[in-house]
Amino acid sequence: MSGEVLYSESFTIRGNDFEHGGDVAARVKAILRELRIPPDVIRRLSIANFEAEMNVIMYADEGELLLEVLPGKIRVQVRDRGQGIPDIELAMQEGYSTATPEMRQRGFGAGLGLPNIRRNTDEFLIESTPQVGTILSYAVRLNARPG
Amino acid sequence: MLLSEVNQLLGGEVIWGRELAARLWVESCFAADLMSDVLAFAQPGALLLTGLASVQAAHAADVADLVAVLFVGGKRPGEAVRELAAVKGIPLVTTEKSLYEACGILHQAGLRPGHRHSSGASPEGP
Repeated sequence: MSGEVLYSESFTIRGNDFEHGGDVAARVKAILRELRIPPDVIRRLSIANFEAEMNVIMYADEGELLLEVLPGKIRVQVRDRGQGIPDIELAMQEGYSTATPEMRQRGFGAGLGLPNIRRNTDEFLIESTPQVGTILSYAVRLNARPG
Repeated sequence: MLLSEVNQLLGGEVIWGRELAARLWVESCFAADLMSDVLAFAQPGALLLTGLASVQAAHAADVADLVAVLFVGGKRPGEAVRELAAVKGIPLVTTEKSLYEACGILHQAGLRPGHRHSSGASPEGP
């Protein structure tokens, strides 16, 4: 990853930890507010972070969210160790889901997570190896037109 | 209308944030039980109506910049949700009315749909 990193912090996400689902996204939001990042950038990134965090909780054993603030954008990478995604193209389709009843009871697992992340970010890349894990990389530009 | 007026209209109860509800202005509503729908389509500033009484509902409201959460069908959130709402400053209200009935009453009272369209941002690798 290139560019001067002005701020960086990493957060651990535990798989199946539904009770704390959203805590990491909330902490990142608080940090971005302190850094006086524009509100619309914070909102879009927070939506992406929340979805990414819930994906780790629902589908992985454990993961990390790495936040990096650069001069022109906020970059996030979410890495997890777990079942991975066998068919990324299929997973990106709205409505496609392998959710369990518990996930649906929590209001997730409707097959909108990855599309929501892509919709709210300006840069998006997903890499996955089945039975190993997934790396989600996305960024919101600070000078981009609000969504 | 004020959130306190919404509460009165629905015969509800403010679970957290009574003082805030008395001065919080509500212009629109978004109703959903799927939090991904909230994240995708709720308009910032709307009141969230939902039957999902979990921490994820409070987090979704916070992340999507919604002003308050109204739990329908008599749902009452647990302590963890109330604590989170207090930290975030998001009032919580509950009503016995169903989602359908609550939406109908509020729509008839003049609250408009708080639904936004997707941005269509184009992805490229970072």
